Amino acid sequence: MKMRTILGCIMALVASHPALGSETVYETSDSFLAAAFPEAVPAASVLWLQKNLRAEVTEILDQRPGMRIRYWQDGGRTAWLLDDIGKDKPITAGFVVQNGAIEKVQVLVFRESRGWEVKYPFFTRQFHKARLNDGGELSRDVDGITGATLSVRAMTRMARVALLLDGHVQQLNAGHSNYSNWAKASEAASD
Amino acid sequence: MRVTLMTLLILVATATHAAEKSPDEPISLEAVWALVQGQQAEIDQLTAELKATKAQLKQTDSKAQITEEQLMATADYVDEVQRNREDSRTSIGGYGEMHYNNLDADDSDNDLKEVDYHRFVMFFGHEFTDRIRFFSEVELEHALVKDTADGSNGGEVELEQAYIEMDLDDNHYVRSGLFILPVGIINETHEPTTFYGVERNNVESIIIPATWWEGGAGVGGHYGNGLSWDFAVHSGLEMPTTGSSAFQVRSGRQKASNAVANDLAYTLRLKYTGVPGLELAGTYHYEQDPTQMSGDGLDEGQLISVHSIFSRGPFSLRALWARWDFDGESVKLANADEQTGWYVEPSVRLNIGEQDWGFYTRYEDVRGARDRDRFDQWELGFNYWPTEEVVFKFDYRDRNHDLDSESGRDFNGFDLGVGYQF
Repeated sequence: MKMRTILGCIMALVASHPALGSETVYETSDSFLAAAFPEAVPAASVLWLQKNLRAEVTEILDQRPGMRIRYWQDGGRTAWLLDDIGKDKPITAGFVVQNGAIEKVQVLVFRESRGWEVKYPFFTRQFHKARLNDGGELSRDVDGITGATLSVRAMTRMARVALLLDGHVQQLNAGHSNYSNWAKASEAASD
Repeated sequence: MRVTLMTLLILVATATHAAEKSPDEPISLEAVWALVQGQQAEIDQLTAELKATKAQLKQTDSKAQITEEQLMATADYVDEVQRNREDSRTSIGGYGEMHYNNLDADDSDNDLKEVDYHRFVMFFGHEFTDRIRFFSEVELEHALVKDTADGSNGGEVELEQAYIEMDLDDNHYVRSGLFILPVGIINETHEPTTFYGVERNNVESIIIPATWWEGGAGVGGHYGNGLSWDFAVHSGLEMPTTGSSAFQVRSGRQKASNAVANDLAYTLRLKYTGVPGLELAGTYHYEQDPTQMSGDGLDEGQLISVHSIFSRGPFSLRALWARWDFDGESVKLANADEQTGWYVEPSVRLNIGEQDWGFYTRYEDVRGARDRDRFDQWELGFNYWPTEEVVFKFDYRDRNHDLDSESGRDFNGFDLGVGYQF
């Protein structure tokens, strides 16, 4: 009788729950970007992963990246939405990089059966202010979660890629800015 | 003839001016007219060339736009193909481990020199929707299963997991089917790359009979402060009360194979992982009747297990304690009503030459039902991970039994192992 009561309660809980069948999305990309750029979300830019950059990203991630990656930039602040495989399934996470250091990490979609801890601030705050060191690793240690080592490593890899891509974009911008300054100086000299 | 008045006036003025400078060379009207006509022809030609250049530029712009659109469409397609491949709703994984044991016992009859492909496991999973999924684990133990006349064979083919899990919301789930019980450390996470030692620890073999799975239903939740809970109602043990394995918990596992279910069992676990690198967990498990038969001298059983894992940087410390309490006359007479075990395992994992090496030591103390299952053991060794999902292991073990009658089983020796997961 006791057994039937417990099973009955479980079945009733399942049957009455309205959420079954909808998406497991913890935060949408729109709300993540809105929080990252509270003034106004800048238009998305596209970074094509050309040969060397693609090789670098592929070496870090556990999967081949797409041909290009969208990002959002406002001065020295960039935001990235990245995917990487944990144990079996891709984890989608958003990263905000400010002046070469991670400012915010947010798991947007988590599909793994273990390692739910990675989506909560008590885990993601470990990435705060992490930079890339000379060896291309994070400048801060990230402590793991028992039984979810692969999910933790996926998050760490994505953080490294976000910092790598941010550095690349900032370099490109600096290059454009230098060219622009040079062009202006040349014009002034010819006048 | 499109000669404007202004052009004509300019030309006349120019001619007059020239005449003023060179009075000896008078300019005729015909000469001016010829000059005007020549310049007009030049203007017409330049205008035509400008129009052609503009048309060409427009065409180039249009072609560049088409090329860009084609490039974006190609990239979209390639990314979509890749995404579809990665988003496959059916997943396959697995792990395996082979061991070499070289153990010398006090009584040489108990020596163990053996190579055994201990486990070959395949995972199959499928997501029906984003919130409803299936997961399974099929294991071949000891590499060989054969059909023999006397019923003896080499190993076992086991279905260790096969359940449907549904997310109720972002924090709660229910599952039903055949699943691994939420108890201890090794039971749920037992891929060889995740633990030290060629063989699994003894406490989570003799006291907690890992891998321990049952058929039933469960529910659980996890929260942003790092707390989680799991509760399951499931099939119970059917422990023998006579013979060489009497009251041995491990021998009571029915493995959900035509399992007698006169008396079900319940498992509740609370876990805290709110600090990165820290895991604290406790499990309470209740067996209404661990023999599935009343009046046989073993009436009910309760298991309590607690463990902690603490990792900081390269250092890690694992500790686990578990205890069974059984009620019943027979089990008390056999001195098997209380079965306990604990272990502590400090370790350090270092990155040496771009590759991971882990060094550990472990002390275990076990008091199981059988005399041979009462011992303490020291162990030390290392794991080498050439990549995250492959491990090579070495360990040295020294076991001493509590009872003099079992001293012939005392041993020391080493083990080698190789394992993988994907």
